[in-house]
Amino acid sequence: MVDFFHAHQAQHYLVLAALLFALGAAGVVLRRNAIIVLMSIELMLNAVNLTFLAFARFPLVANSPMQGGFSQGHAAVFFVIATAAAEAAVGLAIIIAVFRSRTSVNVDEFDSLKL
Amino acid sequence: MNNIHSLRFFWPESVLTVAVLAMLVQDLLVRRSPRRVGLLTIGALFWLALTALATWRTPWGNFPIFGGLLVHDPLRIFFAWLFLAAALLTVVIVPRSKEISSARLGEFFALLFALLLGMYLMASAADLLLIYLSIETVSLVSYVLTGFQRGRRRANEAALKYVIYGGVASGIMLYGISILYGLFGTTRVAGEGGIGAQLADVTSRLFLAHAFGGQPAAQLALVVAVVFLLAGVGYKIAAVPFHMWSPDVYEGAPTPFTAFLSVGPKAAGFAVAIRFFFAAFERQLPGGGYAQVGDLPWPAIIGIISAISMTLGNLTAIVQSNVKRLLAYSSIAHAGYLLMGLAAASTAGVQSILIYLIIYVLMNVGAFLVVIAVSRETGGEDIKDFRGLGTRAPIAALALVIFLFSLTGIPPFAGFIGKYLIFAAVVQRGGFWNVLLAVIGVLNSAISLFYYARLIKAMYLEEAIDQRPFRVPAVYTGVLVALAVPNSFLIFYWTPLVRWAAAAFGGSPSS
Repeated sequence: MVDFFHAHQAQHYLVLAALLFALGAAGVVLRRNAIIVLMSIELMLNAVNLTFLAFARFPLVANSPMQGGFSQGHAAVFFVIATAAAEAAVGLAIIIAVFRSRTSVNVDEFDSLKL
Repeated sequence: MNNIHSLRFFWPESVLTVAVLAMLVQDLLVRRSPRRVGLLTIGALFWLALTALATWRTPWGNFPIFGGLLVHDPLRIFFAWLFLAAALLTVVIVPRSKEISSARLGEFFALLFALLLGMYLMASAADLLLIYLSIETVSLVSYVLTGFQRGRRRANEAALKYVIYGGVASGIMLYGISILYGLFGTTRVAGEGGIGAQLADVTSRLFLAHAFGGQPAAQLALVVAVVFLLAGVGYKIAAVPFHMWSPDVYEGAPTPFTAFLSVGPKAAGFAVAIRFFFAAFERQLPGGGYAQVGDLPWPAIIGIISAISMTLGNLTAIVQSNVKRLLAYSSIAHAGYLLMGLAAASTAGVQSILIYLIIYVLMNVGAFLVVIAVSRETGGEDIKDFRGLGTRAPIAALALVIFLFSLTGIPPFAGFIGKYLIFAAVVQRGGFWNVLLAVIGVLNSAISLFYYARLIKAMYLEEAIDQRPFRVPAVYTGVLVALAVPNSFLIFYWTPLVRWAAAAFGGSPSS
C-alpha cells in the first residue's frame, strides 16, 4: 500500500526549515551591522521557501483540493525569491543613504528618533 | 471566471499601473518647465479621476476573478473609494508642503500611485500568496517614501528601521502562510477547495487532524500559523506588538506621506484581516449573519491584541512632546479600537469598522494637515510650536480642536458615531469578555482626552514667543474646512454611512 501521507519524509525538511528560520530571527535581533541584519531576513525567507517546497513535494493531504496538484507551493517559491530580491534592493539603497549621512551602518547607533 | 473575462473587473488596477508609468514620463517631459508643480499636480489629479471613473464603472457583483486569486465584491469597491479619498487628499496637500521638493514631485506621485495599486490588490486578495505579494508591494513603496528626503538623518534612520521591522514581519507572515499551505494543500482562502471550505467540511477536518498526527497537533499548528499571519497584518495596521516601527516612521517620514500612511495602508490591512478571517473561519448563514467554523478562537486572539494596542498606545502617547509621534501612538490606539469591531466577529462589527474608517480618514488627515501647516511656518512639530495658534491661525486651530475632539470620540463630533457603533457591536455580542473589552475601550477614550487636551491647551492658553499671524495656504484652509464640516455635522445625518457600509458587507453572496 502506498503511504500517501509522506509526513515522515517531510519532517526532516520542516525541522531544518524551522531551525533556519530561528537562526535568521536570532540574527536580526542579535547582530549590529545593518547589512548582516538584512542577510538574516533573507535567511528567514529562504527557510520559508524550504517549508513550501517540503510541503509541495511531500503533501500532508492525499489529493490536492486545487486543480494542478501541489504546484502552488512551487509557484509561491518563485514569487518569494523575486520579492526577496526587490526587498534587498530597497534595503541596500536605504543602507547606502544612511551610510552617507552618518558613515556607520550599526543599528544600535541609530538613536536620533527616540521617545 | 477565466483571466480574459476577469479583466473587465480589473480596470481600476490597470489604470493605476499605467498611471505609475505615465507620472514618471510626465516628470521627464516637464523637467525644465517653470509651471512644473502645477502641471504635475494636474496630471496626478487626472489619473486619480480616471481611476475613480474606472472604479465607478466597474460592474457590481460578488464573485471570484482570476481563477479565485482575487475577489470582486462590494467590500473591495468600498475600500477602493476610501483609498481614493486618502490619495486625493495627499495629492492636494503635497504641492504646498515644503517637505517634498518640486524637483522630485513627479517621483512622489508615481510612487503614490504604485502604493495605491498595492492597496487595491490588498482589498481584493483572496489567496494567501496574493495577500503576501500585495502587502509587500505596499511595504516596499512605503520604505522608499519614508526615506524620501534622502539628506535628512531622521528620514534615513526611519526608513532603515521600517525596512528591518517590515522584513521580519513579512518573513513571519510568510512562514505562517507556508504552514497553512502545508495543512490545507492550497493557498486559496475562499471558494471551492479553499481553506474556508475545507474547515467547514467535517470529513476534511478529521482527515487533516489524522494527517497531522491527531487533533491537538493540527489545532496547534493552525493557531501558530494564524498568529504568524497576524504578524504581517498587525504590522500594516500598527497593532501591538508589531507597532514598534510606527512612531519612528511617522516622525521621520515627510508629513504629507505620514498622513497617507496613517489612513491608507491601515485601512488596507483591515481589508485583508476582514476578508481572511471571514472567508476562512466564518460561514455565512442564509439570513446574512455569520457562524464560526472550526474551533480556532480567533475573536479572542484579536480581542487581546485590541485591548493591549489601545491601552499601550494611549498610555505612551501621554508622554510624547513631538506631535507627529503623539499622533503615531494615537493611531496605534485607534488600531486597537478598530480591532474591537473585528473581535465582535459579526456583521455589525465589520460594518462599524467600515464606518469608523471613513470617519478616521476625515479626522486623522485633518489633524496631520494642521501639523503640516504649523511645521511649514515654525519649522518644528513639537507641542511648543503649537503655542498661541489660537490667535496666530484661528481657523487652523479651531479645525484642529474639532479633529482632536473627534479623535477622542466626544459627541457631537463624528468620531463619536464610529466609537459608539463599535462599542455597540461588541456589547451586542454579549458575554463577559466582550463587555470587558468595551469597558476597556471606553476607559481608553477617557485617557486619550488627556493628551489631546494638552495640545488644545498649548494652542489657546499658552503664549507664543512669536506672535505674528501665520500664513496658511488657501488650499490648506479649504481642505481643513472641507474636513472639519463633516466632522462636526455628520452626527445629524449619518444614515448614508450606515447604508453604504451595509451594502459593502453583509449582503448575501451570489454565484
